[in-house]
Amino acid sequence: MRITITRSDYDKMLAHALKERPNEACGLIAGIDHEDGVREIRHVYLLTNTDASNEHFTLDPQEQLSAVKDMRANGWKPLGNWHSHPESPSRPSEEDKRLAYDSKASYLILSLMEEDNPVLHAFHVEQGVSSTEELEVIDNG
Amino acid sequence: MKITVAGETKEVKEGITIAELIELEKVETPEYVTVSVNESFADKNTYATQALKEGDTVEFLYCMGGGAR
Repeated sequence: MRITITRSDYDKMLAHALKERPNEACGLIAGIDHEDGVREIRHVYLLTNTDASNEHFTLDPQEQLSAVKDMRANGWKPLGNWHSHPESPSRPSEEDKRLAYDSKASYLILSLMEEDNPVLHAFHVEQGVSSTEELEVIDNG
Repeated sequence: MKITVAGETKEVKEGITIAELIELEKVETPEYVTVSVNESFADKNTYATQALKEGDTVEFLYCMGGGAR
């Protein structure tokens, strides 16, 4: 699985994550699964972390519902979710893995641990085991 | 009767309950799914008894969360 995200969507995600510090920021990703195995993120949704915590996140269900309807209206597929780790590396925590119920989803984690070096990685999680997915930030054409 | 499930119109039996629909739709890990009916979230305790009506719109949403530790 190779995932692509545009520079502008990455920047949008990063700006939101920085704004939400010290709490974790979160949201959804949507787009297209191409036949050649490329998962193209077409839109990043910025949702409310109802936990308002620097160690946990829960997506607001009402906003999640609105996002799903918007995806459908635009012909996009729900591809997974993203969240930030304000003070820890870009890798799934035990809680992240435990709460990753959808084996078809991609889970993006944006680490802000290093002030000047944000790190975004994508993961597949199945039966509590995570593996890294290839993620490429592409410049907008 | 006809209802809309995740954006698709489906023919289901009259008075189907949410629990029956979850089973019919083969929803994965249903214990972690939140169900909305006409944009209102249903109480999990009523899934087995809450009957759906003609024209209802149903969505299945995974409760999404995690943590840094």
